[in-house]
Amino acid sequence: MGLGISTLEKRIHLSKETGSPLSTQEYFVNMGPQHPSTHGVLRLVLKLDGETVKEVIPVLGYIHRGIEKIAEHQTYRQSVHLGDRLDYLSAFTYNWAFSMAVEKAAGIELNDRIQTIRTLFAELQRIQSHLLWWGVFGMDLGAFTPFLYGFRDREMLTDIFEETAGARLTMNYIQPGGLMYDLHPNFVKKVKNFLKYFKPKLKEYDALLSGNIILQQRLRKVGILPAEQALSLGATGPVLRASGVSYDLRKQEPYGVYPQLKFEVPIGKTGDCWDRYWIRLEEIRESLHLVEQLIDHIPEGKFMLMKPAVKIKIPEGSYYTRLETARGVLGVFIVSDGKEVPYRMHFRTPNFNNLWSVTAMAPGGRLADLVAILSSLDIVVPDIDR
Amino acid sequence: MKVETIAERVSEAWPHHPLIALGYLLGCLAGSALFLSVLGLVLIYAERKIAAHFQCRLGPMRVGWHGTLQTIADTLKLVLKEDIVPSQTDRFLHLIAPFLCLLGTVLAFMVLPMAPWLQISDLNIGVLYITAISGLGVLGILLGGWSSNNKWSLLGAMRAGAQIISYEISATLALLVVVLFSGSLQLSEIVQSQASGWWIWRAHGVGLVAFVIFLIASTAEINRTPFDIPEGESELTAGFHTEYSGIRFAFFFLSEFISLFVVAGLTATLFFGGWMPFHIGAWATFNQIMDFIPPLFWFFSKTALIVFVIMWFRWTFPRLRVDQLMKLEWKFLLPLGFANLFVASVVILENWYFFPK
Repeated sequence: MGLGISTLEKRIHLSKETGSPLSTQEYFVNMGPQHPSTHGVLRLVLKLDGETVKEVIPVLGYIHRGIEKIAEHQTYRQSVHLGDRLDYLSAFTYNWAFSMAVEKAAGIELNDRIQTIRTLFAELQRIQSHLLWWGVFGMDLGAFTPFLYGFRDREMLTDIFEETAGARLTMNYIQPGGLMYDLHPNFVKKVKNFLKYFKPKLKEYDALLSGNIILQQRLRKVGILPAEQALSLGATGPVLRASGVSYDLRKQEPYGVYPQLKFEVPIGKTGDCWDRYWIRLEEIRESLHLVEQLIDHIPEGKFMLMKPAVKIKIPEGSYYTRLETARGVLGVFIVSDGKEVPYRMHFRTPNFNNLWSVTAMAPGGRLADLVAILSSLDIVVPDIDR
Repeated sequence: MKVETIAERVSEAWPHHPLIALGYLLGCLAGSALFLSVLGLVLIYAERKIAAHFQCRLGPMRVGWHGTLQTIADTLKLVLKEDIVPSQTDRFLHLIAPFLCLLGTVLAFMVLPMAPWLQISDLNIGVLYITAISGLGVLGILLGGWSSNNKWSLLGAMRAGAQIISYEISATLALLVVVLFSGSLQLSEIVQSQASGWWIWRAHGVGLVAFVIFLIASTAEINRTPFDIPEGESELTAGFHTEYSGIRFAFFFLSEFISLFVVAGLTATLFFGGWMPFHIGAWATFNQIMDFIPPLFWFFSKTALIVFVIMWFRWTFPRLRVDQLMKLEWKFLLPLGFANLFVASVVILENWYFFPK
């Protein structure tokens, strides 16, 4: 404090100093590290002029756990679970990205069953992650009910994951060389149940939130991110696609069984909050479509190609793989010196780059716009601090 | 039907039986204190249950039958909690702000005619009094936010100030329509004037428009979603009451719920005939059956209905942005209110409404 907004004497003193009876001043406030809409321990230093945001400075480091350093002391097999702790809403995809890097380096070829199951889980996870985002997005804009609706439907997916992977959030399921366990016998039935249940629910979502005039007023033409700026900031995923850039690694650099599948990549026009909102809902629809294509065609085969106790050694060199999570491009970079542990490992996480686009979008808007923008970026804070 | 308010009874008894008059006063004080606190508990319980069922959950279930004692437990907790006053605050203002906030709403409650025999004071300028006194509440919010010495609180308080004062204009314009129709500022007479029909439908649409304006404006005046920007949880953490704890926080909370009741009761009184039973023109038997239901029940069921609608808003709508809120008031509701008032005056001059005097 101490900016003189507290007592009248200070205020009078200040206006005498500046020579105007009604002088205003810009002031700084801390949004976070404890704040309901920063979604974790993110701190934004805001420079405000009344309600108008002049500048946003993200301050990181409140949940830095040294994940990349820890990885330097663990074998490749032990490091799989570290990805879960980055973006806890896309644990499967993070496991997959890491496993893919190790497999590429060690030259492991996978069978169709493993690839199909991985793709299936990645898509289910995308739906699950977007559902959570949808609920929280509603809550950030002041509507409480979507939060519960989103969680209600997400719960079904979480149960499906729990049955097969044994965990609800940090699955640690996709391993270098295959999968941790085989599919649970109930899996196909439950996923089909979910598809049948969930499709009509999307209409309910539109009726509750998307069609609401207040929501549209809050989102349209708010937080516009032009395509060039999005590209130069390194934003990826729905944030980039909302700005009109058709960039989805599932199409550009297909992995898994995506080359054999039919799906569209939704593209926005203006890059405002509404486009980001709408694109995520469209992605849920596309993912449902993908799951439908896969669920009846899971090939037979082994689910793990390596013996569990074998330590993986990667030949000397550096390896980089990347894939598309629910939030954007995730890259895993491994430098190996031929030992059982990596020499250096680095995650290129989507949220880190996406976050900085808030510095380009928020200035000039209101405080409430900043909340909408931040929520439309769908950040997961542990993914930003590694 | 002679309306006999508690204030009238006191002034009648005062010259000859001062003790009885005092008894009336004390009874009225104790009665309204008890009523308001029970009302607060019931409304908070209702809010939680309604919210829960909107959101596919059960709400409080553990304390008492279906969680009925949950709010009592919560209140006990709040009362026993330490009342923290942060060190850099303007102490005096910080301490009195919650009481000012509650005072405004309780004073407004005093003129509501709940039944022909139950009204604390029947002022001949009742409507004017309510519009004036409900402005007191914003003082409490402003002072609370200002004295907390927290920038978030200050932002919330400033938002509240701008919002409540703006929306009061629209609410008053909507009130004036009913005042014009009934020809009185006295709330009991406004109720009496609706004996042959409620103003919401009797006035050829003018009443309906006034009702909608009044409902929107009064939802904004009591800071409820979609107009809850002064608290705006996701933006300002808790807005003007961020720095409050314990019983003072409870007072802010209580005043919010009491004003919800007052606003709903006022809406019922002005547009839905207050304690008047529901009558349909020539259906004599039906009307007689309706007359058997006591007025108190009519008043409370109408009020409960409007309370439910306002809660329904809260659990459905997202929050407006602060500039959109102002735009809605000054560019839409206010012109509409004036136009409606004009049309209403023409309607009254030409006696175009149903059952004119």
